[in-house]
Amino acid sequence: MGWARKILRVDLSKGSCKSEPLNMEWAQQYLGQRGLATKYFVEEVDPKVDPLSAANKMIMATGPLTGTMASTGGRYSIITKGPLTGAIACSNSGGYFGAELKMAGWDMIIFEGKSPKPVYLSIENDKAELKDAAHLWGKTTWDTEEIIKKTHQDPQVRVSSIGRAGENGVLYACVVNDLHRAAGRSGVGTVMGSKNLKAVAVRGTLGVSGIKDFKGFMAATVAAKKVLADHPVTGQGLPKYGTQVLMNVINEMGALPTRNAREVQFEGARDISGEAMHEKRPTDGKANLITNNACFGCTIACGRISQVDKGHFSVVNSPKYWGASGGLEYENAWSLGAANGVNDLDALTVANFICNEDGMDPITFGATVGAVMELFTMGVLTKEQLGVESPFGSAQALIDFAHMTAEGRGFGKELGLGSKRLTEKYGHPELSMTVKGQEFPAYDPRGIQGIGLGYATSNRGACHLRGYTVASEVFGIPVKTDPHATEGKADLLKAFQDATGAFDSSGTCVFTTFAWTLADLQTQVDTACEGGWSMEKLAELGERIWNMERLFNNAAGFTAKDDDLPKRLKTEAAASGPTKGLVSGVEKMMPEYYKARGWDAKGVPTKETLARLGL
Amino acid sequence: MRITFKLFAQLQDYLPAEARKTNACIVEIADATSVAQVIERFTLPPRLVHLVLLDGTFVPPAERDARILRDGETLAIWPPVAGG
Repeated sequence: MGWARKILRVDLSKGSCKSEPLNMEWAQQYLGQRGLATKYFVEEVDPKVDPLSAANKMIMATGPLTGTMASTGGRYSIITKGPLTGAIACSNSGGYFGAELKMAGWDMIIFEGKSPKPVYLSIENDKAELKDAAHLWGKTTWDTEEIIKKTHQDPQVRVSSIGRAGENGVLYACVVNDLHRAAGRSGVGTVMGSKNLKAVAVRGTLGVSGIKDFKGFMAATVAAKKVLADHPVTGQGLPKYGTQVLMNVINEMGALPTRNAREVQFEGARDISGEAMHEKRPTDGKANLITNNACFGCTIACGRISQVDKGHFSVVNSPKYWGASGGLEYENAWSLGAANGVNDLDALTVANFICNEDGMDPITFGATVGAVMELFTMGVLTKEQLGVESPFGSAQALIDFAHMTAEGRGFGKELGLGSKRLTEKYGHPELSMTVKGQEFPAYDPRGIQGIGLGYATSNRGACHLRGYTVASEVFGIPVKTDPHATEGKADLLKAFQDATGAFDSSGTCVFTTFAWTLADLQTQVDTACEGGWSMEKLAELGERIWNMERLFNNAAGFTAKDDDLPKRLKTEAAASGPTKGLVSGVEKMMPEYYKARGWDAKGVPTKETLARLGL
Repeated sequence: MRITFKLFAQLQDYLPAEARKTNACIVEIADATSVAQVIERFTLPPRLVHLVLLDGTFVPPAERDARILRDGETLAIWPPVAGG
């Protein structure tokens, strides 16, 4: 059956932990993880809730394939109402925490209320209790994990925690597990901090039992792993170069948002690329990249483990950054690098370390720094206000801002608001590269039209992982489409968004979709879970989830006017490369998208659509 | 005439050693040389020739024989890659 059939409800106000049976009727409609946890969330939480109030809830949820033999089956998600956006938040993480939670016998944890003092949740199989976390408050995620493992005298305890950013109210704080994997976007860590919940420590030794058709499941997982191994992207490209292989591709295409999206190509792109991570530095003769790394059960292993030059200005007096740790993904290399005009690979790596160490979303952090650098360039912000000279390209400013934001010092408090609030405060809201208050990632909608529509319609604010049309528009997966064309992108995006909803609810990683189709997921889910999981049922699942999230956002106060891109992308044409002269055609695509979705002209799902999806 | 020729990821090993630091080299070609002929000249394995961009614009496989290179253009090639 895949599911543990059990959820843990933690009332932080009362200090209680109670076991409840999983709602199996909902499991048949929403599968698990993103879908099922969102169903619980929208049933229990008022859409108008203040995200940082005790009335907001936060759910950590696994999928039915989490902790199983399925490749990449280590995923878990955090669902809440996000403080950065005010929209539904759902952030997905790999590593080992999710599988450990499942193997302790839990499908999900629902946190409600607010603890009167800092606590952490300790789970050892069936036993769950809240413990005092006074000694952990003020610690980084790295220190928190180490202290908990020592306290429990168990190096195999898996820990998800917030760092100082989550404690200090940085609105894009994330929840970090296994030192450098993160539920990264929308401020889920800020919600956790608002509840005085420092960490969740899990030890699970029960395994995952009750697979519906064990022999069939083993055959399905073996076949699916072969698909990944045989595919050139998941079998070779991602293990060797990681997601960072995209840096040169996207730059060459003229779709790399540069210096707060003022430009679409970065002259320093190659210096911060996946290829550069493999090369020996002239300063110490060592490469930035130490090795690749895999999450639980993953047969792709796209993760990066990096080490910087001990003599680099950013770490020369900080030995704690001298060791190997989580390296740059493409999105982070872009947000910390091209978005700010910084081409110092080690500086970006250290800024990324700091984001992991203290739990900050590097996409929003880096993009916010880009907006600040533009304000500095315009003379709106000064060195006296910022504490450091901050022109585009300043690696020193990037590193200083990372420390200041994580620690809540000086101008770091304002950087912690994200670019929307910060640029509004200084009178230039047009400089915020956000949708629904969340910064968009590393693909410029002027050069890749479909992903721009994806940013504008993403239910959690601008995001590439809700419908990664880049796969088709750039890489030809499953078929090549013209990145400059707007025609057909509404239907393409809807298909990507719906399929992603199914993968995000299963416990597997969306990166499998570079090789897997929905059919590869279907054979695994159907053999693991009772209920007859056909292709049609999985496809409809994704559409149901999308509309459920949309209904929550509409009830929270979002309207069609929030399905839009920053003015810069619609009015300031790309200035170089093959995209020169182009702007985003989001306004042309939006009516087509609403129609494809079965929504009215105001972006509201019609009665027929809701009835068809059982909503 | 001259073009800029770029190879990335696993394909960069097919560049002259001195060009790998930049992933690029300048190549002298005869008039009427096609994209496919440059690919052949560098003996790139067909299974690794996936994403072919000419001045940043994708050239589909079916057009690589017919697409004649012009002086000053940049031809960039990747094996199958993806990310996000």
